[in-house]
Amino acid sequence: MKKVYEHPKSLKRAVFHYCPGCGHSIAHRITCEVIDEMDLQDKTLGIPPPGCSVFAYHYFDVDMAECAHGRGAAVATGAKRAFPDIVVFTYQGDGDLAAIGTAETIHAANRGENTTTIFINNAVYGMTGGQMAPTTLRGMKTTTTPYGRDHVIEGHPIRMSEMLAPLDGVAYIERVAVNSPANIRKAKKAIAKAFQMQLDKRGFSMVEILSPCPTNWKMTPIQAWKWVDEEMTRIFPLGVYKDVTEQKSAD
Amino acid sequence: MTKVLMDGNSSIGEAAIRAGCQCYFGYPITPQNELTEYMATHLSRRKGCAFVQAESELAAINMVYGASVVGARAMTSSSSPGISLKQEGISYLAACELPAVIVNMSRGGPGLGSIAAAQSDYFQATRGGGHGDYRTIVLAPSSVQELADLTMRAFDLADKYKIPVIILGDGVLGQMMEPVEFKREAPAQLPVREDALRGAKGRPSRIRKTFTSNPAELEEINWSLFRRYGLIKKEETTWETFMTDDARLVVVAFGIAARIAKGAIRNVRAEGLKVGLLRPITLWPFPDEAVKEVAKNVEHFLVFEMNMGQMIEDVQLSLEGKGEVSFYGRPGGVIPNPSEVARVISRLYYQKGLK
Repeated sequence: MKKVYEHPKSLKRAVFHYCPGCGHSIAHRITCEVIDEMDLQDKTLGIPPPGCSVFAYHYFDVDMAECAHGRGAAVATGAKRAFPDIVVFTYQGDGDLAAIGTAETIHAANRGENTTTIFINNAVYGMTGGQMAPTTLRGMKTTTTPYGRDHVIEGHPIRMSEMLAPLDGVAYIERVAVNSPANIRKAKKAIAKAFQMQLDKRGFSMVEILSPCPTNWKMTPIQAWKWVDEEMTRIFPLGVYKDVTEQKSAD
Repeated sequence: MTKVLMDGNSSIGEAAIRAGCQCYFGYPITPQNELTEYMATHLSRRKGCAFVQAESELAAINMVYGASVVGARAMTSSSSPGISLKQEGISYLAACELPAVIVNMSRGGPGLGSIAAAQSDYFQATRGGGHGDYRTIVLAPSSVQELADLTMRAFDLADKYKIPVIILGDGVLGQMMEPVEFKREAPAQLPVREDALRGAKGRPSRIRKTFTSNPAELEEINWSLFRRYGLIKKEETTWETFMTDDARLVVVAFGIAARIAKGAIRNVRAEGLKVGLLRPITLWPFPDEAVKEVAKNVEHFLVFEMNMGQMIEDVQLSLEGKGEVSFYGRPGGVIPNPSEVARVISRLYYQKGLK
């Protein structure tokens, strides 16, 4: 008989603390599936952030080192440079990667650090209770944009994949979503490709995942999945932003 | 080993490499750039070593954190304003019980201050510095030779007690050249630290974390840190005494100020004044027992610092109300000379009727 479901080896048998409909648990699971399929469980160091996924170390059954808010890319740099034989990935939210840790992210990418970043973009600060994120859409109501994000006052949503892709140190960037079975399959493929770039020492790789946050969006899970398609992807289009293996040699 | 003539900053770099430092992460700031440059020249291409000029001090200290997580001997250096930025990372290193060496070639403050030598980071260094209840070992050298020796000791202490160690120097120590002898050869290979996270091969996966939603668990972590701090205080407190045997007045000073005080004491000794020096080498743990010991025979203390009076609080705490403590300080990067300090000592000596 064909096996259609298996608990990933590198995903601990713990009950997720995430809200119903949250994208984190899906992102965790597919990352673990990739780690299993690429046989990386015993050579991986994961770097989880403060935020909703601060407890990622309760779920990922690989070595995990929590770090300060926004500093994932710097911690990953230090770990990978000190011991290049391990596979290092950071797991970061939008506040972490695109606000407080923007400098660390840009410079790690620009140096072409051989590390992988899983970037969860849910357009809001989740754990602190739904404040405006750098990726909050225009017009979107959060607890710190109670009148809707007005770009004249609060600025525009920041597009990190588009911003980082032109940097020479970047090997691979793709934006995916985890709001439908088809998108989840694509997201998993992207994560596998990102890890492969690291194994091949091609440089910095990142997968940006548009991830529903029904609790702070004040939606049902189904409404939130739809909202990713109908609203988020208009500002954050899905697709490959950089892939050095697809580029023709300049020589 | 023969002596070589070297500036203080470079001597830290050479001593660190000989102590087995594998990773250096830094960001330019005066007056410590020679150290970053030395590591760029001598560490960056060494086998198994890494050097990164980081985008900020924040990034540099977090690179140290990452390197320490995987078990490398790692260091960073900066000067006062940059050390303020590193406090976040130092707090996390302390919480995670990770070894690291952090050099502060301190300069005048507050704010951007000046690039001249000062000792105004004493509080920051000895009280933890960042958020939360923790301490770091703080070593205060007063010569280029001692910079080299204490750099080697810093790496050993950091590994032994799983704690960040701060070398608190200053702009003068960093810039001045003196003969120095390096007492170790660089190790071919260091043993891998047992708690290094290098992938869960043949063992269960491990976690390095500081966050817990359970206050009782965090309280236990704090207790455990402070039990270790108690042990460090017992085992590692060091100081130097100079001409204290017959002294009626003892100057307490650290780092470059102690060096100046020594010159001043020689001057006043030549005039027959019985003055000695107590120099804390570990600022944390502070040698309070040594102060108490000296106070058995001495009533008058003069604390001399290149700041507005910070270590004086530790001296007063050590004395527990006994003795008389006076203070002389020059803040802002002004460097007093021995004859100025000698005048202060001698005025105090006569005022107190010691002669």
